[in-house]
Amino acid sequence: MAKYIVKRLLLMIPTLLGVAVLIFFLMRVVPGDIVEMRFAGESAFAQKENLDKERARLGLDQPLWKQFVTWMWGIVQLDFGTSMWTGSPIFEEIKLRAALSFQLAVMATVIAVVLAIPLGVVAALKQDTWVDYGVRIFSIAGLATPSFWLGIVFILMLLIVFKWLPPMVYTPFWVNPWQNMLQLIWPALAVGYRYSAVATRMTRSAMLEVLREDYIRTARAKGLWQKLILSRHALKNAMLPVLAVVALEFAFLMGGLVVTEQVFNLNGLGMLFVESVARRDYTLTQALVMLVAFVFIFVNFTVDLMYAWLDPRIRFR
Amino acid sequence: MAIRPATVAEVPDVSGRRSWLAQVRDFCRERPLGAIGAAVVVVNILVALSANVVAPYDPLATDYGAMLAPPSAGHWLGTDAFGRDVLTRILYGSRTAMLVGFACAFFGATLGAVIGVASAYFAGKVDLIVQRFMDIFLAFPLIILALAVVSILGTGIQNVIMAITIPMIPRAALVARSSALAIRELPYVDAARAAGFRHRRIILRHMLPNVMAPYLIMLTAYLGQAILLEASLSFLGLGVSEPTAAWGLMLRGAAVQFAEAAPWMAIFPGLAISLAVFAFNLFGDSLRDALDPRLKTQ
Repeated sequence: MAKYIVKRLLLMIPTLLGVAVLIFFLMRVVPGDIVEMRFAGESAFAQKENLDKERARLGLDQPLWKQFVTWMWGIVQLDFGTSMWTGSPIFEEIKLRAALSFQLAVMATVIAVVLAIPLGVVAALKQDTWVDYGVRIFSIAGLATPSFWLGIVFILMLLIVFKWLPPMVYTPFWVNPWQNMLQLIWPALAVGYRYSAVATRMTRSAMLEVLREDYIRTARAKGLWQKLILSRHALKNAMLPVLAVVALEFAFLMGGLVVTEQVFNLNGLGMLFVESVARRDYTLTQALVMLVAFVFIFVNFTVDLMYAWLDPRIRFR
Repeated sequence: MAIRPATVAEVPDVSGRRSWLAQVRDFCRERPLGAIGAAVVVVNILVALSANVVAPYDPLATDYGAMLAPPSAGHWLGTDAFGRDVLTRILYGSRTAMLVGFACAFFGATLGAVIGVASAYFAGKVDLIVQRFMDIFLAFPLIILALAVVSILGTGIQNVIMAITIPMIPRAALVARSSALAIRELPYVDAARAAGFRHRRIILRHMLPNVMAPYLIMLTAYLGQAILLEASLSFLGLGVSEPTAAWGLMLRGAAVQFAEAAPWMAIFPGLAISLAVFAFNLFGDSLRDALDPRLKTQ
C-alpha cells in the first residue's frame, strides 16, 4: 500500500510539470501582453521605451526559459509571486476568492447529495416503473439545463414573483451568515441541480449493480429486514462510485464555475480566471491553473486511495 | 386461409429495408423515452437545415418599431432589444448548435478513439507517455482549456469548434483505451499480426470497429455537452459573435439587462438549449442500453 501511494505521488510530478509547461507557453502564445493591455489607450502607449521599461520591471525582457525557471523555482518554494496587474501577492488575491468558491462548492455538494441519494435509491428499487422514469427524466433534464440559465431563471422568478433580488455584494459567512446564505443559496441551487443529476444517475446504476449481487440474495434468504439489507448491505457498497463522482465534481466546481459566477456577480475563482486571462496577467493565470490542476489531481488521487481503503478486494490484489 | 396472409407479411421482413424499419420499430416499442428523444433530435436537425424556410422573419432584420415586444400573433416568442424576432433567431440558432455539436462530437470522439486504441495497441512505453499527455489535458478543467484556446485563436464558429474539441479528445481517448485493452488480448488481433498486417491496418480495420459501441455512446453524450459548452462560451462573449444567431449569445447582454421587462428574451433561448440537449441525452441513454447490454444497468 505504501509503495502504491509513493508511486502515485511521484506520478503527480510529471503531470503537474506538464500542466505548468502548457499554461506557461499557452499564455505567451495569446496575442498581446500585460504591458500592452495596461497602456492601451494611454498616450504613453506610443513610446516604446516606456513599454520596454515596464516589461523589464516585470521581468518580461528575460529569455523565456529563464522566466520559466524563475517561476518554477518559486513554485518549488511555494512562492507564487505577485500579480503582474495589481502587484499584490497572489496568495492574497486568491485567498478570498477561493473561500467563496469553496463555500459555493460545499453548498452545492450538500444539495446534490441530499437530492441524489434518496432519488437514486428509489429509482433503482423501482426499476422500470413510472417512479424510475420520473427520476430519470428529472436527472437527464438536470444534465441538459445550463446552470447559468437556471440561475437567470431563478433571479427572474424572485424578481417578478417576490419583487426581491438576492444581495449582489458578497458578505463573508463569518461576518453575516444570513446575508451570506441569502446570496449564495441561489447559485448553489442552480449548480446543485446539475450536480445532483450526475450523482443520482451514479447512485441508481451502482445500486442496481449491487442489488444483483449474491450477498444481497443471501441476506434476503436469511430473512433480514428489507431496511437493514438496504442500509447495511446495499447502500454501503453502492456508495463507493457515488463518492468518487461527487469528489470529482467537487474538484470541477472549484474552478469551473466561470459562467454561473458571472450571472450572480460572484467574485470567485472562475471570474478571477477570466479577468486574469483578459489582462494577460501571466503570473496570476498560471497560479490559478496550477491550483485548479492540483486540486483535480489530488482529488483523483484521494478517490483512488479511498477505493483501495474502502474496498479490501482492491487493497489485497 | 388464415395462414397465408401471415406468411406473405413475413416475407418482406427478410429484406434489408424492412428489417431496418423493424429494428427502428422495436427500438421505439422497447424504449419509448429514447424514441421521443430521437424524434426531437430529428426535428431539430430538420429545423436547422430548413431554418430559412420555416422561420417567419429574417434573423438579422431589425424593427425599431417593435423593440422588446412581448409575445404576440406577429412575434410568437416576442422580439429582442433590436426588434429582431426571437422565434426566428432560435430557429436559426439551431444551425449553430447542431453544427458545433456534430462537428465537436465527431472530431472529439473520433480522434480520441484513434489515440486511445493506438495507445492500448502499442502498450508499454508509448502507452505510458500518451497517458501522461492525456493526464495533463484532463487536469485542465474543460471550460478553462476552451477559454484559453479561444483567447489564442479568437472568437468565431471554427475556433469555438476547435476550443471544444481539444478538451474532448483526452476524455474520449480514456474511454476508448479501456475498451481497446480488452480487445487487444483477443486472438484475432494476434492473427492479424501473424498475417503480417501493418500496425495502421490492425488499428484501423481490426480494432477500431470493435470499439464502435463505446464510440457511439460517447458521440451522443458529447453532442449535448458540446451544445452546452458552446452556449456557455457564447454567453461569456468568447464563442460565436454577433450577429450570428446562437442560443448562448441570445442570453447575453440585453437579455439579462432587460430580463424583468422582457423575460421572454432570457427564457426561450434557454429552453431551446435545454430541450435540444435533453433530447440528445434521452436518445443517447437508450442507444447505450440497446448497444451494450453490459451497461444496461447504468
